[in-house]
Amino acid sequence: MQNIKSDFPILKRKINGKALIYLDNASTTQKPKTVLKALVDFYSTSNANIHRGIHTISEEATDKYEEVRKKVAKFIGATEEEIIFTKSATESINCVAVAWGQKHINAGDEIIVSALEHHANLVPWQELAKNKKAILKIIPLTANYILDTDAYQKLLSAKTKLVCVTAQSNVTGTITPVKKIVEMAHIVGAKVMVDGAQSVGHTPTNLTSLGCDFFAFSAHKMMGPTGVGVLYIRSDLMNEMTPFMYGGEMIESVQEKSATYRTGHWKFEAGTPNIAGVVAYGAAIDYINKIGLKNIADHDKELLAYAKKMLARYPQVKVFSPSKPQDTGAVLSFAIDGVHPHDIATIFNDHGIAIRSGLHCAEPLLQKLGAPNGTARLSFYIYNTKKDIDTVEIALKKVLKIFKL
Amino acid sequence: MDIYTETILDHYQHPHHAGALGKPTISTTEHNPLCGDVIRLDLKINKDTVEEIGFVGNGCAISQASMSMLADYVEGKKISVLKKLKPKDIYNLLGITISPGRTKCALLGLNALQKNLH
Repeated sequence: MQNIKSDFPILKRKINGKALIYLDNASTTQKPKTVLKALVDFYSTSNANIHRGIHTISEEATDKYEEVRKKVAKFIGATEEEIIFTKSATESINCVAVAWGQKHINAGDEIIVSALEHHANLVPWQELAKNKKAILKIIPLTANYILDTDAYQKLLSAKTKLVCVTAQSNVTGTITPVKKIVEMAHIVGAKVMVDGAQSVGHTPTNLTSLGCDFFAFSAHKMMGPTGVGVLYIRSDLMNEMTPFMYGGEMIESVQEKSATYRTGHWKFEAGTPNIAGVVAYGAAIDYINKIGLKNIADHDKELLAYAKKMLARYPQVKVFSPSKPQDTGAVLSFAIDGVHPHDIATIFNDHGIAIRSGLHCAEPLLQKLGAPNGTARLSFYIYNTKKDIDTVEIALKKVLKIFKL
Repeated sequence: MDIYTETILDHYQHPHHAGALGKPTISTTEHNPLCGDVIRLDLKINKDTVEEIGFVGNGCAISQASMSMLADYVEGKKISVLKKLKPKDIYNLLGITISPGRTKCALLGLNALQKNLH
């Protein structure tokens, strides 16, 4: 991964006179030149609306857009009919809450969510439960920051209609046993919604093997543009779902006072989508495939182990991370007693290091972790190096020096 | 651009006027939802003057030091004077440059004070 940094123009930037060290990849990732070029090329040569024009560039634009749908399907082990483009993983999850949840969740039903969830895979279910008088139940964590599957087993019953779980936490980095969670839910007849935002760009995903019902993720966390999300809906569930947005493109026929809608994934894509974003997302997938997800996962693990070893040298630092490497993705949260995470982030920024600090859109989880002020979070990707972690150590020493710890 | 000056750190680690007042005339809690910083501010007012101030807070060095320094300034001042305090007065007290991302931290105490006085 030595020469990879040069593929990312933004990494040439200086911050406070220092080379930018970007360790906020769980928020969003940087974009390689090929993705930037794909955006410019699309607008320069093929820009047109899709699925409606019969002129040349509209057909070109449609082909390029649909090509990416196939590419995404292949990337996650699904079929193209199961792939819906949205604007974000958040929109994808909200789509399920409306298009499936409104119809299938009733008073007294139970929805189970895990304690690891980002607000995006928690709040839509809180709202749905409130509106439908359904009951929300939470899978707790063990002391080792992994999901307590025994407790999960006890929560499951014939009343369970839906289980919502992240594939990887954006705070602790915990990788959850999605396949097992799905199998257990399906025994009681519940559907499973998986938030794959943190995992898809870092480790191979095969939805045919995982067997989940809904799966959401975003392009921008895997080197694609912002404004493109993906929702996978297992093909046999499409017909039981209603559209969640109405407008152009998703209709079959419209009269003055009524309309009929297209079937399959088409009925969920109303309005002009982020066409250029989707096309450039294809270039991001090509880039990942060229490097290989297995290599990315190995690189993540190597950096995580190196960073954990470094932090372990400082007794003032508390890490919130599962003990086993196989349970943890490319995310490492830590806190220092007596220093607010925002102050850590400010001092890191003086060293050119970009990290996220605070509650990470997972307030209930931070409360449970005993970190009500939040954590400082390092999150890695392919362009990060051990040298970056060495610079983190220099900045960390500065934090401890300033705060006399 | 070192914002962690000795003065700031001293106020953060040893805040002045820390602790709730026994019988405050007014008390208010101000909260920064973006980062969870929180300040409870108690004032004991005698006629038109703040006689005593106490606060209980939790947050970053900037928000807590700013409150501590502001509390030093507030005690014994007339309400009419305090009502006129502006953000730039707080930045002057702090004596550092506050980046846009940290203005909410720096002004948390001032917001709590203004909520109390209005």
